[in-house]
Amino acid sequence: MSRGDIKKHFAPIQREAARRTEEKKTDGIPTIYIVMSTCGLASGAAETKQAFEEALSHKSIEARIVPVGCLGHCYAEPLVVIDHPTSGLPPICYHQVSAARAQVLVRSYLEKGDPVFKYVLGATEENDLIPALMDFPRFNLEQRLVMEQCGRINPDDIYQYVAEGGYGGLVKALGSAPEEVIAEIETSGLRGRGGAGFPAGRKWRLARAAGPDEKIVICNADEGDPGAYMDRTILESNPHQLLEGLAICAYAIGANQAHVYVRAEYPLAVKTIQQAIKSGEQLSLLGSSILGTSFNLEVIVFQGSGAFVCGEETALIHSIEGKRGMPQHRPPYPVEKGLWGRPTVVNNVKTLSCLPSIINRGAEWFRSIGTEESPGTAIFSVVGNVNHPGLVEIAMGTSLRTLIFDVCGGIPKKKSFKAVQIGGPSGGCLPESFLDTPIDFDSLTEAGAMMGSGGMVVMDENSCMVDVSRYFLDFTQKESCGKCTFCRIGTRHLLNILDRITKGEGREKDLGLLETLSEDIKSGSLCGLGKTAPNPVLTSLKYFLDEYEAHVREKRCPALKCRALTAFYIDLEKCARGCDVCVGCCPVEAIFTTTGRKKAVDQELCVKCGECMVVCPPEYDAVEKVSPPELAPIIERSPEKK
Amino acid sequence: MTTPELDGEERAMVEEITAMLPQFEKSRGTLIPILQSIQEKHAYLSGAAMEMVAEHLSISPSEVYGVATFYNQFRFHPPGKHQFKVCLGTACHVAGGDIILENFERKLGIKDGDTTPDREYSIERVACVGCCALAPVAVIDDTVEGHIQPSRVEGIFVQFQVEREREEREKAERESGE
Repeated sequence: MSRGDIKKHFAPIQREAARRTEEKKTDGIPTIYIVMSTCGLASGAAETKQAFEEALSHKSIEARIVPVGCLGHCYAEPLVVIDHPTSGLPPICYHQVSAARAQVLVRSYLEKGDPVFKYVLGATEENDLIPALMDFPRFNLEQRLVMEQCGRINPDDIYQYVAEGGYGGLVKALGSAPEEVIAEIETSGLRGRGGAGFPAGRKWRLARAAGPDEKIVICNADEGDPGAYMDRTILESNPHQLLEGLAICAYAIGANQAHVYVRAEYPLAVKTIQQAIKSGEQLSLLGSSILGTSFNLEVIVFQGSGAFVCGEETALIHSIEGKRGMPQHRPPYPVEKGLWGRPTVVNNVKTLSCLPSIINRGAEWFRSIGTEESPGTAIFSVVGNVNHPGLVEIAMGTSLRTLIFDVCGGIPKKKSFKAVQIGGPSGGCLPESFLDTPIDFDSLTEAGAMMGSGGMVVMDENSCMVDVSRYFLDFTQKESCGKCTFCRIGTRHLLNILDRITKGEGREKDLGLLETLSEDIKSGSLCGLGKTAPNPVLTSLKYFLDEYEAHVREKRCPALKCRALTAFYIDLEKCARGCDVCVGCCPVEAIFTTTGRKKAVDQELCVKCGECMVVCPPEYDAVEKVSPPELAPIIERSPEKK
Repeated sequence: MTTPELDGEERAMVEEITAMLPQFEKSRGTLIPILQSIQEKHAYLSGAAMEMVAEHLSISPSEVYGVATFYNQFRFHPPGKHQFKVCLGTACHVAGGDIILENFERKLGIKDGDTTPDREYSIERVACVGCCALAPVAVIDDTVEGHIQPSRVEGIFVQFQVEREREEREKAERESGE
């Protein structure tokens, strides 16, 4: 079928999309975009939407409410963009729009034309009246390629995606030979975004060459890393871009079946992608004889049941086959013998979502972004101790310093930067001296961390590196599938050692043992989970050895984090007479009144939750935390007060 | 071994599962989807339910149990009326999620994964709910609550207590009105 015929099939869909967009532009009715992805909803977006609806009907104002996906600015949720065409103002983005603010916005802006400047985050386009979002570092240092439309279109409306050029890549791909598509992806240098960075084009070529069997594509959306949520955001905010990529990949390798493996813990993502598949099939952009060609693609959603190891491709395939998700020895690689024994390409959500724009704008354009070896962008979920946490998409090669301090606003409360943990349980902790490391697959691996899933946790001076390593080991130890002895038992022992160090029971030889055991686990494990599980321990040992030594030798936690090694006490000089806040908030009644109506902590009862420190009024600031616990002055509680 | 007497609740569950199973193809690939839909409906997988699934797919019950226990999603005890899921993802851990979990545990006198004997409350720890920017996070029934403080735990129980008392009062009023 010729390129012209495919375009002819696509033209009516494009016209309908253009008509709908035009209608919205010209009818003069204001549009309210509300971010309604999981993080928006957690911050109360549903209540905000309801408040808008009630206020609008109460005032009899006509306005369109459009639920959109995530913009990535989690610190400012719930976000709302109001496009009020007759006001003479550009579309305005508002932050932290609670139900009460929603009512104010309807009353002041939509009814009276006053845009309520104190709630404004910025305008979405350049103008003379309101500072534009593009002028803020958070916006202009980012380079959005995968997340370009996230938060700007309604994920449930396929026409909005088409109006932004959506499915154009698929049309173009279908008009070329599959080999040409593969060649284009190879030239683009796209590397798998799942973490390991294997060249996507090469994987496809291997699959295409793997015999006459029908091939299968699997989209890996089993985002198990605690601390990364970009795959979920893409599924919730722009599912069609992913489906378009999936169709391009399927066409290129010769597959007629695609599976989207998404975590069952992401109910909204599951619902959104299922709805998107349905609307794609209705317009014959998916399903049978796509755009009038002989290319068919059945897309099936499989809900993963929560096993971190299923992010590994062979384990994921076992899981779809209804077995325990355990990895197997490779070769044979899935590209030769994968799901149900057929050649299978497993690609990450971000990899597939890159495809439409590469096909549309060409491999050269893609190569012009990022670095020579790692072209394109990287998406990170930057969380922890930063001022502006959220999802950030930056060009590969950007330095960690730019990302943390410029894009995400640095460390809050004037505390100092201590470390950044990249790549989740498989990655490592990098200290300040690595802040100028460029972010790309190879540089990060060299530094001892890894790109991984893109989880990035920034830690300030109050984070204990030993505790963080213990945390990750606790996670990987639970998630080890148990196939390889080194991973199953080795991680258990690592965890035991770290446990005793954080409890102040560490022994001198533990530090050496941690290191040798880590190396053994790395070489004795089959899959990525075991091979990378000791990374957090190894990097923190390398860069923060002094903290381990303080725990082992002095039984002291320098960051005042490990609870067995810290104690709270109340400074009697500072404590106010008669203020009872700490007594009321203590969950275990460990705080009692001592001489002169001042308060003291019963160390035997204290569970070290730190609540008294939080509630103590700043003008007294009397609660102190110390390590080792012996430093806390002991005030005896008289028996009758117990 | 004699089959223990099923109580009303279990009998209803067995009936519903019997009615549901024929929708699923008898192939191994449907095992996880079947278990998921049983759990969605009944909130947990009972021994009897897993045996029925094994029979439907002509595999051994131990195989079904093996798969079910491999994945974190599946539960083998009935959860409480109110479920607390405390997130212990990386960001929540750094922000003190373990303290929140401990507060729930202390308050209810049960450990994570357990249900109170009156089946009113259950606590679970979850790896990550993906709201890291709001850490620490807990999911109370179906609502995600961000920036949760240890004292908020107390508040949640007071809220449920007030709600329960109101329900009881209303029920009593209705009954006396009739």
